[in-house]
Amino acid sequence: MSSERTLSDAWPAARTRRHAGFSDIVEMAVFAVRGNWMRSVLTALGVIIGIAAVIVMVSVGQGTQRELDRTIANLGSNRLEIWGGAMRMGGVRGGAGSISSLTDDDLAAIHREVPEVQYAAAQIRGGTQVVNAETNWNTQWVGMTADYFETNGWQLESGARFDERDYASAAKVAIIGKTVREKLFEGSDPVGASIRVGRVPFTVVGVLKSKGQGPFGDQDDLILVPLETARRRLAGPMALPPGAVMSISMGIARARDMASAERQVSELLRQRHRIAPGAEDDFSLRNLTEMVSARTQTTRLMSLLLGAVASISLIVGGIGIMNIMLVSVTERIREIGLRMAVGAGPREIQWQFLAEAMLISLAGGAIGIALGIGGALLAEKFGALPVALDTQVILMATGFAVATGLFFGYYPAHKASRLDPIEALRHQG
Amino acid sequence: MIRLEGVGKVYSPGTPAEVVALHDVDFAIEAGEFVAIMGPSGSGKSTLMNLIGCLDVPTHGRCLIDGVDVAMLDAAGRARLRLDKLGFVFQGFHLLTRMSALENVMLPLVYAGVPRGERRQRGEQALREVGLGERMRHRPSELSGGQQQRVAIARALINRPPVLLADEPTGALDTRTGHEILGLFKRLQLAGHTIILITHDPEVAEAADRAVHIRDGALVQELAA
Repeated sequence: MSSERTLSDAWPAARTRRHAGFSDIVEMAVFAVRGNWMRSVLTALGVIIGIAAVIVMVSVGQGTQRELDRTIANLGSNRLEIWGGAMRMGGVRGGAGSISSLTDDDLAAIHREVPEVQYAAAQIRGGTQVVNAETNWNTQWVGMTADYFETNGWQLESGARFDERDYASAAKVAIIGKTVREKLFEGSDPVGASIRVGRVPFTVVGVLKSKGQGPFGDQDDLILVPLETARRRLAGPMALPPGAVMSISMGIARARDMASAERQVSELLRQRHRIAPGAEDDFSLRNLTEMVSARTQTTRLMSLLLGAVASISLIVGGIGIMNIMLVSVTERIREIGLRMAVGAGPREIQWQFLAEAMLISLAGGAIGIALGIGGALLAEKFGALPVALDTQVILMATGFAVATGLFFGYYPAHKASRLDPIEALRHQG
Repeated sequence: MIRLEGVGKVYSPGTPAEVVALHDVDFAIEAGEFVAIMGPSGSGKSTLMNLIGCLDVPTHGRCLIDGVDVAMLDAAGRARLRLDKLGFVFQGFHLLTRMSALENVMLPLVYAGVPRGERRQRGEQALREVGLGERMRHRPSELSGGQQQRVAIARALINRPPVLLADEPTGALDTRTGHEILGLFKRLQLAGHTIILITHDPEVAEAADRAVHIRDGALVQELAA
């Protein structure tokens, strides 16, 4: 069309970018959201609740998970536990540990005849008052044999383990848990100090590394003494028959040997206790690792379920956004037509409405994150729930908010961008 | 500047609701002209305006705006062409009610990517040019019909398009205000704009250099004014 005179030269178009900038799009979105303030807040409420729910649920789920993981780590790996008891008296059955049917000889036999058992430790336990000078504390004592550190996963923070002579000679030595140390010694070093356990003076030879809170309370609130010492000095006159122990803990070398070791130990004990075929065991044998793993799986399933429920509320919130955005597009058809007539391209219209949806979901997300963190902290404080709040959870929630805005804002925005400008300009309403 | 070659427009082709709105229209508008397109309602003049205004594409024929075949552009390309070449003035003003006069006027500059400071400067200047320098912060609801149409004209001019396309710009105004608006168009023509006026009112059409009559989808005659 070179023959045609054009006016492009007479009217120089002095511009650089040639489309609406990011700040313009944001400004339009803010303008629209402020113009429908109440509606925007109510729409955002869906996202607020959804995001807050996701954060609370996920952080509680993760907290529970983490606590269980720690329990498993503290348990020592591949752990079998035998309690004496479960004896029938008439029709009444005692619980595990209700009668001491296990002995030192059982321990020796297990060591000798079940090669899969790497560690085995016998224990008796009881409660007593411990005293250091002016302070005293009620705690649990455990009389144990040498493998107890391995089977129960205890390590020393300071001092040393009992030696052979301590076990053999029933020496009055004790290794104390962290809680006991804190209660009796505050800042000072307890190794070498003298304490009274009940009425008997003991020398502290070591302090255990903390295991923290367990499923049954404070795990560090205990003192360890050699088994023989406990029998003679702490168990008291009513106590156990000679050679009896309350429980035996075992560590199996390889996880795949757990089932076979369990069967062998059970057979060995039945044979040693002369239990007729078909009669009930006079002991309880439990695979602790398996029990905790089962709980772990339950927890995992729970947190998955909670997360799913929270996600549903987020989806409902997202649908709310989509709904309102569709209304907004319909209400503003003439505006869209006018914007198109003055030069807005489909992309710019799409971005305008997408930005509006994103703004609502992001603002909702931010408030939801704040509420979620608050909710999680409240759950920890007043609900006594274990909570693991980390940046990962918060990043994930932010991602969810963005994804919600994008996903549910896309369709209305796309719809707006596809409007026919002629129809839109002619629209009544 | 604007050239239509054998342009036809059929709505819903191939269906029982088929409507032939335009057939075989040939005509051209040169740069700097003031042309009135006249015809009764239903004659096809709105369709013609939509084609010239790049809001629509012809079913057949070619519609060239400043040498560019509109049918070759997608929706984004047509939007770009409207932004650069065309300013629209509507019968119903089409101002955004929640924005001030100045914000309405600056709207096209948002899409042109003009920096904020320059937008304001140009918006204020355009409003002064149409005689609304004192009412820049007013909302459309606080302005009279004539003032609203001036805002719309300022908006149409803000991005310095060569062509001004006005669809019944005086239709919603009283006679005196209508004359003022037409006077404004005259001044804009002198300033170098090409002005296309769609109207059914012969009195309004007299303001133009020439009038194109359209009836039943076809051009009937061209009269020198």
